[in-house]
Amino acid sequence: MKGMTVIVKKTTQLIAGMVFLYGIYVIIHGHLTPGGGFAGGVILAGSFILLILAFGSDFMHLTKEEAGSTLYENLAILFVVFLAVSGLLLGARIFFLNWLPKGNPGELVSAGVLPLYNIFVGIEVASSILTIFLALVIFKEEISE
Amino acid sequence: MEIAISIITGLMIIGALYAIHAKDLLSAVIACGIVGYGLVICFLLLKAPDLAIVQIVVETITLIIMVAVVLDSSREEKYSKPDGQGYMAIITSLVMIVVLFYFFRMAIDSLDVFGSGSLRMAGPYIEGATEKTGSANLVTGVVFDFRGYDTLGEATVLVTAVLGVLTILRIKGKK
Repeated sequence: MKGMTVIVKKTTQLIAGMVFLYGIYVIIHGHLTPGGGFAGGVILAGSFILLILAFGSDFMHLTKEEAGSTLYENLAILFVVFLAVSGLLLGARIFFLNWLPKGNPGELVSAGVLPLYNIFVGIEVASSILTIFLALVIFKEEISE
Repeated sequence: MEIAISIITGLMIIGALYAIHAKDLLSAVIACGIVGYGLVICFLLLKAPDLAIVQIVVETITLIIMVAVVLDSSREEKYSKPDGQGYMAIITSLVMIVVLFYFFRMAIDSLDVFGSGSLRMAGPYIEGATEKTGSANLVTGVVFDFRGYDTLGEATVLVTAVLGVLTILRIKGKK
């Protein structure tokens, strides 16, 4: 895939960081405002996809990226299962138990383990969608080589 | 509000029909976008901002991916005349439409008014959710605490889908 013109590249450089920060905001405030792990994760993946579409696939070493995103995806789903099992080990022995202290509803650090679930599900969704996009780009170029 | 949702649903049906019959694949993909973004407006009218955010983001990303795929491959769709079996399929689908319409019409009479019947199930969730989970957003409290198994299942489905995509698309083996 070829890159686009200089105007698109410069605009993308300005915008992609803000899109990334907005995704992190949506994930972290998932237990306070609408949004959460799924929506924020897709926004995070969108910032990467924006960069790849603007700069073309020669600019970054995409094969290395794909290995990294696959690793992060598997680690994140592992941590979600680990958190769920940790509810089984601590306290009342219930799967998905909310065992951390609840705090005041409405503050950023509250709601026990729910923000942690949000963060890990966000990483998982972001890296899965990025992996699918990278697979569509990489494996087509492997054939043409 | 019901009139607005009916109009938007009609537009979505027209977009889906156009996507089936368009000869240019790029315009078919754009017409598929009508369905997704119409669904976003329906969610906003029904006061479900969480679903609307997820839907608008996922729709944008899938539209971008599908446009990239269409631009890389061919834009023309092969057209073939319907033969004898094609007319048979049309007649069968017409019969099925009439039968389904008749039974849906019968089923509507026994349904509750829209939005009133489901509250019986959701009542205990809405009442004590903030105290039980500590989360100010009710949807996150339900999704990650009361219905944690569902969320774990969704995440597992996503991982499995990615594994399937990698397995099918990889043509050269890893060295």
